[in-house]
Amino acid sequence: MTALTVRTAGPLSTVQDLGRPGHAAIGVPSSGALDRSALRLGNRLVGNAEGAAGIEVTVGGLSGSFDGDVWIAVTGAWGPVTVGGRAVDINHPVRMVAGEHLEIGMAEAGLRYYLAVAGGIAVPPVLGSRSTDLLSGTGPAVLVDGDTLPIGQAHPESMRPVDISPWGRPDVGVVTVPLFVGPRDDWFTPASVDALFTRTWTLSPASNRVGARLEGTPLERSARAVEWGELPSEGMVAGALQVPPSGLPTVLLADHPTTGGYPVIAVVASASLDRFAQLRPGQEIRFRHGR
Amino acid sequence: MSRTVRTVGDRGVLVDCASMDEVLAVSAGLADDPPVGVVDVVPAARSVLVRIDPTVLPVDRAVDWVRRTPERPTGGVDVDDAVVIDVDYSGEDLSDVARFLACTERDVVDRHTGTHWRVAFVGFAPGFGYLVADDAGLTVPRRVSPRTSVPAGTVGLAGEFTGIYPRSSPGGWQILGHTDTVLWDPAAAEPALLRPGRLVRFRESI
Repeated sequence: MTALTVRTAGPLSTVQDLGRPGHAAIGVPSSGALDRSALRLGNRLVGNAEGAAGIEVTVGGLSGSFDGDVWIAVTGAWGPVTVGGRAVDINHPVRMVAGEHLEIGMAEAGLRYYLAVAGGIAVPPVLGSRSTDLLSGTGPAVLVDGDTLPIGQAHPESMRPVDISPWGRPDVGVVTVPLFVGPRDDWFTPASVDALFTRTWTLSPASNRVGARLEGTPLERSARAVEWGELPSEGMVAGALQVPPSGLPTVLLADHPTTGGYPVIAVVASASLDRFAQLRPGQEIRFRHGR
Repeated sequence: MSRTVRTVGDRGVLVDCASMDEVLAVSAGLADDPPVGVVDVVPAARSVLVRIDPTVLPVDRAVDWVRRTPERPTGGVDVDDAVVIDVDYSGEDLSDVARFLACTERDVVDRHTGTHWRVAFVGFAPGFGYLVADDAGLTVPRRVSPRTSVPAGTVGLAGEFTGIYPRSSPGGWQILGHTDTVLWDPAAAEPALLRPGRLVRFRESI
């Protein structure tokens, strides 16, 4: 079996597939790639099923080599990637020879790369998924320098060529994201619900796979909500804008807890959720009403 | 039915419930035969969340289904099906709990072992069940300052709930004792011993 030897793991590299949905009733987060469309594209480029496991490389810094010839693709963030010292394109299948050195440099746009390998990363699945869940500790450990990861069997006969793949870097300017108001918008003043859409928000450096924290002017709870006191814990979805007493929303991401006790003022449209994977600390966000 | 049903963006439907019994009945009804596209049915303290895949099941259709689906009361479950959990009642907070409830430590143990508990919902961590009983007489506040590390198997009380830490974690529950029962085994066919609706009986180990 082919294996990947990780020479450097970078600040945070984890194995991710499309996660383990369906276990929320026993307290297990969905987890999985934050930028699901980037992982899917990478897998299609190398002839894998879309849900095969790849490596989510946060910021960059991953390097290593395979002990056999493999097809790889790097998707998601935009930055310098080299194979055997040659620059290779993002979002493009690349043939690597055994022993050749892969190096993923620091992202210049976007934040999370996905390394897809023909055959997929073949660590043992836990509850049907190979994803590392940083909140609950389910799945494989965070990668460290010197790790060896098994690669599954590639099926070149099943290769479905990708005719067109996107080329270009993720947005680095202000990003506009559609939101649906509720379910707990009645916990906030009408002025605060409006302010969500009229103010500009900034991604906090304290963001992670559990949630994207937003900085800005705090949202205020309604007089009724102050009377209601604490919200009993309720089920949460990825994309929910949970508002703790600080008034600054957190957008819940893949590793979010299955239940939470802060009211959700609005929820990101599912089709736009991947964008939060590629926002960089300090980047500006505006919200518009979803349709 | 006059349920309060709210959409959660395009990926969820939230049902508000008046009581824990209603949470259990609504979630049991919804979990019986969900349509394709329902990802999870998540009971919580006073609500049930249905998570959907919006590319398979549009949220307005999910709302229709949630409104149409009858409750299934779970009260009639045979007590013989209860999971028995042996507990060594020598927890650090037993005396504090007894003082708060104005009873003896013996009374606390007798109340905890003397009733059937039901798993209302699971949250906080994989396999961490929030257990309720109608007449336990064990409602206590959380600890003022949470402990930074509580060992796996710790049995505690908080609010109207009792629960067991499946793995070591920080925690603010009042500690009654410890069990060797495995609550969470991700490699098992049924990883969580406690699922919503399950009955539990605690037994004092000697």
